[in-house]
Amino acid sequence: MKNFKIDHRTKSGLEVLDLYGELDAHTASQLEDSLKRLINNQKCNIIVNFSELDYIASAGLGVFMAYIEDVRGIGGDIKLTNMNDKVYNVFDLLGFPTLYDILENESEAVEKFLNEN
Amino acid sequence: MDKATTYQKRVNASTQNLSAIRNFVSEHAKEQGFSAQKVADIQLAVDEAYTNIIKHAYNNDSEQVVIINLEFDDDKMIVTLTDHGIGFDVEKYKKPNLQKQIERKKGGGMGVYLMRKLMDEVTYHAKNRKNVLRMCKNKN
Repeated sequence: MKNFKIDHRTKSGLEVLDLYGELDAHTASQLEDSLKRLINNQKCNIIVNFSELDYIASAGLGVFMAYIEDVRGIGGDIKLTNMNDKVYNVFDLLGFPTLYDILENESEAVEKFLNEN
Repeated sequence: MDKATTYQKRVNASTQNLSAIRNFVSEHAKEQGFSAQKVADIQLAVDEAYTNIIKHAYNNDSEQVVIINLEFDDDKMIVTLTDHGIGFDVEKYKKPNLQKQIERKKGGGMGVYLMRKLMDEVTYHAKNRKNVLRMCKNKN
């Protein structure tokens, strides 16, 4: 899709997904595929960087809800970083900040992972 | 009597059209002087409503049609979405229990809650297979 893209890279031995554009019911399956691929390869320390994500609907949040248990079940976590206010507001409305690590930037997420492992 | 400005769009029920619908809604809301935050709220509420119709009213049948109507008067915007699929009860919504849904590995079920949070008024009428969802947002 033109209006959504995911890049995958590694940083300090962690998996980083960079999200670009608009995440909605049409594009959410792409995120789902990326997460599934990581989980299938037992890559479970995942940072999702939202700095280039302009928009999110509940279908996008649903993906994080559906896979977080699988990731935590194999000893990892999904940490979310660099959200703009508009995107953070949606996570906040639905109560995500109490159940997910939502951090200012990637370095904070890396540090948190290093302290946990 | 206030003079109302209206815009209408008929679209097939496909998530492919989500982005175009968001643009349609935000363009007109901006034009009518709604703040950036309010435009974002309206955009998301309409996205959630339209997505619900695709999934629940029409079971992902993209041949079906949704009519989206925007009406502006001096102090508010009214968005109505009309479909002819299976009705759903927006009155029976409750706040999603995130912890439970995570345990059950279940996304979803958040659309109606968000619509009610983001808009000032939400009503729903279902009659003879015609469902009309009406959402209102005050300008100030």
